[in-house]
Amino acid sequence: MAKMFASAGAPVSGTPISSAQAAGASRAEVLRVALVAGVFGAALVFFTGFAGADVLHAVAHDWRHAMAFPCH
Amino acid sequence: MLKRVLSAACAAGLAAGLATAALQHVTTVPLILEAERYETAVLDGWSAPEPGLMTAVAAHGDAAPGHAHGEGVQAHGGGDHAHGGWSPADGLERTLATTVATVVSGIGFALVLIAVLLLAGERITARTALAYAVGGFAATGLATGVCLAPELPGSAAAGVEARQLWWIGTAAATAAGLYLILKTRHAAALPLGLALLVVPHLVGAPHPDGYTSTVPAEIAARFAATSLAVHAAFWAAVGLGVGILWQRGEPRAAA
Repeated sequence: MAKMFASAGAPVSGTPISSAQAAGASRAEVLRVALVAGVFGAALVFFTGFAGADVLHAVAHDWRHAMAFPCH
Repeated sequence: MLKRVLSAACAAGLAAGLATAALQHVTTVPLILEAERYETAVLDGWSAPEPGLMTAVAAHGDAAPGHAHGEGVQAHGGGDHAHGGWSPADGLERTLATTVATVVSGIGFALVLIAVLLLAGERITARTALAYAVGGFAATGLATGVCLAPELPGSAAAGVEARQLWWIGTAAATAAGLYLILKTRHAAALPLGLALLVVPHLVGAPHPDGYTSTVPAEIAARFAATSLAVHAAFWAAVGLGVGILWQRGEPRAAA
């Protein structure tokens, strides 16, 4: 699996580098991408786990109980 | 890079969500249906007030969960639980609804997991993603479950917003505490991290004054244990999915 990871752009092969570096992303880009992913992901979890709308609650009911999201 | 994050998270969330939905179908869902039979049995012996009043009670939520559910049960004639509105019919429709919710949640968890892995500067592999997923389970499953145990329908509970707030705060504090303890070396990291783990439980989750559930304790206990296992399996599937699918995209993205 480590070999799969070896990237052409890595300065020193064998040095553990982050996936962000391997993708050639700048620190700013990593921050931007992580922020977008984190906020979008948290929103999806919120809609399925917490949102009060009746329809969302009804659809996700059994899942909310299974995950112990506070439900009723 | 964002495109790659989204595609890995969607694929991992879909796979983990489908697997976990199938797991729920044979573990937690039968227990929920069983609990609803007890809830319905109690309600059958209870004369319902006029529907308008019940809707008002249901809209206010949760002062008396068993009764607040009554309107839904009687209006829809099944093991139904919505606060008086539409809800999927038992059977295929309900299974599909649960599956959709699980898949969407899976994509959400996968996105958050990838975001944390990127911010932490980790190499995203099956190993690292699974390790962080274990942390995720400790945060959203174990830490929150200590004060808010997984509950079956019909259990007494305090106001839902207050519990949700406590849940979110506890999950976030636990995740941050674990990160400080396990991944940073600063001298203050250990005491601060431990404080973040402990304080939510000193604050304590909102709890009801009494107990109202008519569901036998044996079923409730089985549900609590089973649902924690499902929760753990879900996180593990999300973690493995994220790691494996990210690796699959690695050579292309790095070239």
